[in-house]
Amino acid sequence: MLSSLRTGVQGLWRLSARSIQTTSALQHDSLFVHRDSPEDNPSIPFEFSSANQKRIDALLAIYPEGHKRGAMIPLLDLAQRQNGGWLPISAMHKVAEILNLPRMRVYEVATFYTMFIRRPIGKYHVQVCTTTPCWLRGSDTVLKAIKEATNCEVGGNSPCGKFSISEVECLGACVNAPMIQVNDDYYEDLSVEDTKEIIEKLKRDEKPKPGPRSGRFASEPLGGLTSLTEEPTGPGYGIQDALKA
Amino acid sequence: MAGALARVIQGTKSHLGLVGPLVNISNVPVRFQQTQAPTKSKYGPLADCDRVFTNLYGRHEWRLKGALSRGDWYMTKEIILKGSDWIVNELKTSGLRGRGGAGFPTGMKWSFMQKPSDGRPKYLVVNADEGEPGTCKDREIMRHDPHKLIEGCLIAGSAMGAQAAYIYIRGEFYNEASNLQVAIAEAYQAGLIGKNACGSGYDFDVFVHRGAGAYICGEETALIESIEGKQGKPRLKPPFPADIGLFGCPTTVNNVETIAVSPTICRRGGKWFASFGRTRNSGTKLFNISGHVNTPCTVEEEMSIPLKELIERHAGGVIGGWDNLLAVIPGGSSTPLIPKDVCSTAIMDFDGLVAAQTSLGTAAVIVMDRSTDIVKAIARLIMFYKHESCGQCTPCREGVSWMNKIMYRFVDGNASPKEIDMLWEISKQIEGHTICALGDGAAWPVQGLIRHFRPELERRMAEYAACNGPSKAERLY
Repeated sequence: MLSSLRTGVQGLWRLSARSIQTTSALQHDSLFVHRDSPEDNPSIPFEFSSANQKRIDALLAIYPEGHKRGAMIPLLDLAQRQNGGWLPISAMHKVAEILNLPRMRVYEVATFYTMFIRRPIGKYHVQVCTTTPCWLRGSDTVLKAIKEATNCEVGGNSPCGKFSISEVECLGACVNAPMIQVNDDYYEDLSVEDTKEIIEKLKRDEKPKPGPRSGRFASEPLGGLTSLTEEPTGPGYGIQDALKA
Repeated sequence: MAGALARVIQGTKSHLGLVGPLVNISNVPVRFQQTQAPTKSKYGPLADCDRVFTNLYGRHEWRLKGALSRGDWYMTKEIILKGSDWIVNELKTSGLRGRGGAGFPTGMKWSFMQKPSDGRPKYLVVNADEGEPGTCKDREIMRHDPHKLIEGCLIAGSAMGAQAAYIYIRGEFYNEASNLQVAIAEAYQAGLIGKNACGSGYDFDVFVHRGAGAYICGEETALIESIEGKQGKPRLKPPFPADIGLFGCPTTVNNVETIAVSPTICRRGGKWFASFGRTRNSGTKLFNISGHVNTPCTVEEEMSIPLKELIERHAGGVIGGWDNLLAVIPGGSSTPLIPKDVCSTAIMDFDGLVAAQTSLGTAAVIVMDRSTDIVKAIARLIMFYKHESCGQCTPCREGVSWMNKIMYRFVDGNASPKEIDMLWEISKQIEGHTICALGDGAAWPVQGLIRHFRPELERRMAEYAACNGPSKAERLY
């Protein structure tokens, strides 16, 4: 009898159960919270280099007095560049100190923006755009090729420590799809072979030539211009009467 | 999302009551229809001498010397000395509407800044946070024609009495930002901006501020927050940026393309610009054609060019021919898609696409042929919006996540046909119930899909049920 009761309850449960709601899934590849680790903890000192000190002064100068906080994103970016592509917590503390802000204000910003990476990453951060325009042109095969060539999963570092892969949202080069970004450079119009070649070059620490791989220079139609075939017009072309002296 | 999200405040929630809803989703009668007979009947192709962006493809020198030879910075002093009213009037005559997606008349926007000064400085902010999937027009301007943008900043700044311009460029555009920075340094050295800009007696600075990867910062108030060094979360409006904007001062936020065409409009005259395109949709426009076309490209064309002509003339046609076309997203990811039969007659301008129940947005045409898994294409866009939602308003934060979950079940057909109406209802509950227009932008693609591809969704569900038995959703609801 007990067993039949259990079957009944289970049946009911199956009918009415909905999947248990958990906390929302991670929006980024990385954790929002900081966990102290040997590579990243507040006791590791961080100082800006003297070249970067000059850059900081220049950056602070473009924001009006009383609103120096505007320099937060540029300063965090500078710290990240100095630290080899990722942002340790001690660098955030340093930025808070320079801007004279509570540390929390810096944490807020560093966790909000996806370009701040708060975990150690490889020398080459390969960002693969997989949003619809790139997906239509085959970004899945490009991503697969990169994963195989680097032996690395999305959101992780390769065993050699040289590569990190991220799947990112639209990078704004949709007519040159599919494309990837490696550190600061865009590689566009990729095929699987091009992608493999880029990764192989990076493995040898050579810099592949950025830009489209299909043979075009920028965003013009491949195989012949359909506009702008004439020489550009010079100064004063078609100027309106009101400006004619 | 370069301004595409400015739609709500500038359109539907406009405190001015001057413009009606810019996007019409339901089947109610469409506004903005032509009331007078058009003066022209054929639009496009544009002659090369009428193109504004003459170095769009970077085939010529982008630095100051090249820019001067192409006629940039020509008579800029005279234009500034004509005065603020003259410039705003030229812009009004030209009928230029904002190129970032909302399509708000630029001349009118600038005239809001002409109120008497209360002692606070005024700022011009240029929205170069281009991130709307499909859109890549501002990038070409910044890397190949940066001087057009800087000259535009000066002219726009002088028209509104601003003391400085901040160009907010997305962080991923590192090389574009460095081109722009070089061009700004050249302009300072040549005395074109800075103290006594162009010898006009007017002081004006231009600064570049790089973002750090957040689509939401293309919304104008989120962008202002971001320049102030905070999280990019949109502000409630009012107060509008023209009253309290950047650093608490009156501010105008404009798209890169809007600012970059303004010097040419002033030089060649508003009437010249207004001679292109249909009434209220005038001018030239940069179109991005991506997806399943033979030669994807960015091209400047006349407004009101038919969609089919645009694709066939410049992008080499749809892969496999026009008959292989499935659907087109005509204005960047947040605009509803249109199926092939609508594409054949669609006119690429604000009114033409509103009549087709979609929107011009940023004029980023994403073409999908018959090989496309259309449900997955839209599901991927919803995942984009889920990722980019700032988390401030509940309908967007939670609702877009729900839509994402449901859409990915729809891809497999693991859903109940009743859920299609539920999804429509969710999208309607998100739309218009959030501070900014990101929620609207996430809701519209789903609505477009349901409107035009409902049979496809139902077919997948039937197929799934035939293979796997009734889906869990079918059993539960």
